Amino acid sequence: MKVETQLAMKPAKVKTSKAAFIKKELLRNKYVYIMLIPVILYYVIFSYAPMYGLLMAFQKSYSPIKGIMEGKWIGFDNFTMFFESYYFWRIIKNTLILSLYSIVFGFPAPIILALLLNEVRKKWFKSTVQTFSYMPHFISVVVVVGMLKTFSALDGGLFNVVRGLFDLQPIMFLAEKDMFRPLYILSNIWQGAGWASIIFLAALSGIDPQLYEASKMDGAGRWKQLLHITLPGIMPTIVVMLILRLGAVMNSDFQKILLMQTAPTYETSDVISTFVYRSGILEGNYTYSTAVGLLNGMINFSLLLLANYISRRVNSTSLW
Amino acid sequence: MKRSFGEHVFDAINTILLLLVIAISLYPMLYVFNSSISDPDQLLRSRSFMLLPEGFQLDAYKHVFSNKKIYSGYLNTLFYVVAGTGVNLLMTSFAAYGLSRMDLYGRKTMMKLITFTMFFGGGMIPTFLLIQNLGMVDSRWAMIIPGAINTFYFLIMKTSFESVPVSLIESAKLDGANDFRILFRIVLPLSKSILAVMMLYYAVDHWNDYVTPMLYLRSQELYPIQIVMRDILISSSTESMGAGADTGFAIGENIKYATIIISTLPIMAVYPFIQRFFVQGALIGAVKQ
Repeated sequence: MKVETQLAMKPAKVKTSKAAFIKKELLRNKYVYIMLIPVILYYVIFSYAPMYGLLMAFQKSYSPIKGIMEGKWIGFDNFTMFFESYYFWRIIKNTLILSLYSIVFGFPAPIILALLLNEVRKKWFKSTVQTFSYMPHFISVVVVVGMLKTFSALDGGLFNVVRGLFDLQPIMFLAEKDMFRPLYILSNIWQGAGWASIIFLAALSGIDPQLYEASKMDGAGRWKQLLHITLPGIMPTIVVMLILRLGAVMNSDFQKILLMQTAPTYETSDVISTFVYRSGILEGNYTYSTAVGLLNGMINFSLLLLANYISRRVNSTSLW
Repeated sequence: MKRSFGEHVFDAINTILLLLVIAISLYPMLYVFNSSISDPDQLLRSRSFMLLPEGFQLDAYKHVFSNKKIYSGYLNTLFYVVAGTGVNLLMTSFAAYGLSRMDLYGRKTMMKLITFTMFFGGGMIPTFLLIQNLGMVDSRWAMIIPGAINTFYFLIMKTSFESVPVSLIESAKLDGANDFRILFRIVLPLSKSILAVMMLYYAVDHWNDYVTPMLYLRSQELYPIQIVMRDILISSSTESMGAGADTGFAIGENIKYATIIISTLPIMAVYPFIQRFFVQGALIGAVKQ
């Protein structure tokens, strides 16, 4: 109370003493601040300057010479144009469908793998399976898509050899719009399930072994233990991961889709990020594509806040 | 303890399923390898699953090795990996050391501003225009500077630095050491394993990076291996395959397979030995989440 009145009475003196305090602090840790200068510059230039660049979304066109402040402001016209365009529903729909399929088919895969691994008794077998199933994670996306492409070759490509077994005609897999989603999701599972199982294995190792002992006494078999101890034990992890995944539902793997997509598959493969790339970088509609990107970023950010809020409620786990 | 019949069935099914997991993980690579050494004509006609190579040749590898673009791609990638990872580790260590000092004035504000960038950013187009305005388009800098700090890795490193006892740092200060000395002589040597993890993560990211060069590089002599591979594997330009007039069409497919093997081999060869570091990193990351 006393301090507060002092503050109110002598603002001038407080100000100087605060400045003195900051100066003292800066001097005391001067080497730390010197260290942080490149870090701060890095974030200002490469993270915050592009955020300022987002103002372009409300302008008619971008001029590198004039900069943003001189540009002509057009309010939300770019957004309206996007909402009214033919592509709007297509890319929103594709982004969401691809995400939802990935969740439905891709999300359970690492959990199942972790559960299988958890039941292995021989340690060497477990670590062998782990080593091999983690391997695809380190293959670059260019190689994965390159493999998909060579496997789809009309002559002697693996996928068409398999089709041949069923007396089906060879097809150009990467040019078939109905094949894009299955190929994308299956190859994602192949590449990512092993690696993603690590976090669930960690959760599994946190389950109290006494629970298993006790249930054995009660005559529970391995299957019963799986249902009543193991699964409930890792449920919190599963819930958090699922909520986070749902928070990223408007995100898609830009580089993989860009590599996989061909013009005939745009109907199923064109998503927000690939659209932004084509319209912005390739066609030079900078302000329009910035608007589309900003819209996507805002939706993502809100979804993430929502996901974090829910996860805090459900699990008292928060992202930050 | 004696196991019941049901337990045996359970174990048997589990083992079979996991053997299947190994097979699925390995098969594509085996297929690619066997195809790369198969006879080109047999490869196109055979319609086999390539559990064994069909015929034998090593010409495809000769073609790949005599392809100048692959050489320069490899060398460029090597440069980006080494220089990029070096800058990454230095910058991330600076950030992690500075922001792990609890008594730092303004620490909370800086942390908030940095964390925010993980969840929201300017996006592709404003970033591209910025890099262009900085004159980094079509220069090696674009491969190194714009991604100097991965915020997620920074958070992992900061958490690790926080576990270095404050008393150690205080006593070094009393002995007259400045913060640079403390970072390089005390904190980093104590965090060797996290440093190894970070180094591997950054290095793999650089090795596999495809979007950065695609967006920012224009000249072929700057292309890393991933872009060269895209041209060979996905865009299928015969010119970049090194398949001149003397190469038949047939061997083209073998060359693709050989390219995949050669570009993937380095990581696959060292991976089993450093696997535990990667797993350690994934676990720290998971705890962080």
